[in-house]
Amino acid sequence: MNIMHYWRAMWGIIWRECWRFVTQRERFISALVRPLIWLFVFAAGFRSALGLAISPPYETYILYEVYITPGLIGMIQLFNGMQSSLSMVYDREMGSMRILMVCPLPRWFLLLSKLLAGTAVSILQVYVFLAIARLYEIEAPWQGYLWILPALTLSGLMLGSLGLLLSSFIKQLENFAGVMNFVIFPMFFMSTALYPLWKIKESSILLHNLAHYNPFSQAVELTRFALYGQFNQNAFVYTLLAFIAFMTAAIVGYNPSKGMMTRKGGSS
Amino acid sequence: MKPYIALSIEDLSFSYSGKKALDQISFGIQTGRCTLLLGPNGAGKSTLFSLITRLYDTRNGRIELCGFDIKRQTRKALAKLGVVFQQPTLDLDLTVMQNLRYHTALHGMPRKLASERIQQELERLDMYERRFEKIRQLNGGHRRRVEIARALLHQPTLLLLDEPTVGLDVPSRHVIVDYVHRLAADENIAVLWASHLIDEIYANDELIVLHKGRIKAKGIIDEVLKITNAATIKEAFFSLTQGEQA
Repeated sequence: MNIMHYWRAMWGIIWRECWRFVTQRERFISALVRPLIWLFVFAAGFRSALGLAISPPYETYILYEVYITPGLIGMIQLFNGMQSSLSMVYDREMGSMRILMVCPLPRWFLLLSKLLAGTAVSILQVYVFLAIARLYEIEAPWQGYLWILPALTLSGLMLGSLGLLLSSFIKQLENFAGVMNFVIFPMFFMSTALYPLWKIKESSILLHNLAHYNPFSQAVELTRFALYGQFNQNAFVYTLLAFIAFMTAAIVGYNPSKGMMTRKGGSS
Repeated sequence: MKPYIALSIEDLSFSYSGKKALDQISFGIQTGRCTLLLGPNGAGKSTLFSLITRLYDTRNGRIELCGFDIKRQTRKALAKLGVVFQQPTLDLDLTVMQNLRYHTALHGMPRKLASERIQQELERLDMYERRFEKIRQLNGGHRRRVEIARALLHQPTLLLLDEPTVGLDVPSRHVIVDYVHRLAADENIAVLWASHLIDEIYANDELIVLHKGRIKAKGIIDEVLKITNAATIKEAFFSLTQGEQA
């Protein structure tokens, strides 16, 4: 078992995921339509209702569309992470997950490769979204587009590993609707994606605390600062720790000796 | 090439929430021949396959593939294994070639070697001409052929087939049954074939009859007929499984 085996397998998994994404045109379009509706409809409507004070990383007054752009980037990655986990449940039900699991590589490596593949797809979506937003004059400094790449990688890995963890618990595809209601919506709305922390504090301390400790908020802030060439250390550490915690739990979940796989029997 | 034991199972038991699916089964599979695993629904065939492929953990008993313990030397053992699962596992939106390339990547094969092996396996199954077609465009029999080709790309010593002919028409079934039997003899591969179709058994095949998680009989056809005092393998199977449908 040499290093080239690992390399080829990882690229094989990433290539397959990216190829599937670009050839499934409907999936590509729907992944973009969601944040664009939020940007062009929701944010435009809220522009006058919300006043935003100057707060880092912004150095001047900004439009609401500018504020929620990193939040919508987070939304793309959140939905993509959950979509990946949905496809894992689907693959497991349909059997193609078995092909991956019986190949002679450590299971943690296969899961990590699958996660990297999902993250690569989400980054692809984010850059297309940012290009469209730029046409709409929602612009960041040019170098910001480069700085967000590592931030997007980490936040994509964190949200993807959460999806992976959930997929190890979900027995059937039908149970996935619960993920929408109990994970995606609370994570998105109880975060700094749509409104800054200080604004949330004005209305509810509890909500402020929940938003503050929500790993999704930290991922959004990491991206927000990176987009303006700044490094948010707290957000980085928090997102990294959340990734490690979710990933470790997901690996345990997929371990046949310890995790959920022992309980996923079914009929013989 | 001299035959040897490719799969060895000793005292294997497995339960789902306290209900025994496999109860202390032991057997060995030799290279160069087909071993048919017969059993009615719920006999424990799929559980056994899930344990051999390490999808489930082996808690009681031992499974060795080519001398490698599946629990302790998982990767070395899995490298020797080719599998065709009962459920289709090809990506319908990818071409035959793309599906096979994905598999060779998972097995770490260099591109040139992968191309050679893909060509070789597809030609043997008369599928090379169709390599650029999407799986969605192929019929059930051709999809199964692609899955068998895929399982052989990394030249395994043990080939597991979990009811691969279910839902296929008679000519497609015949092609696959015949091909796998020739493969075992010509390539010195050990084949473990789970089936409930008695007409898929050839005269010199090994049989293992599994019922309610226990092995009821094993041996070549003549031996099984002798044990059961039956005239046909169908009768033997019925008497061993108390008349349950295979």
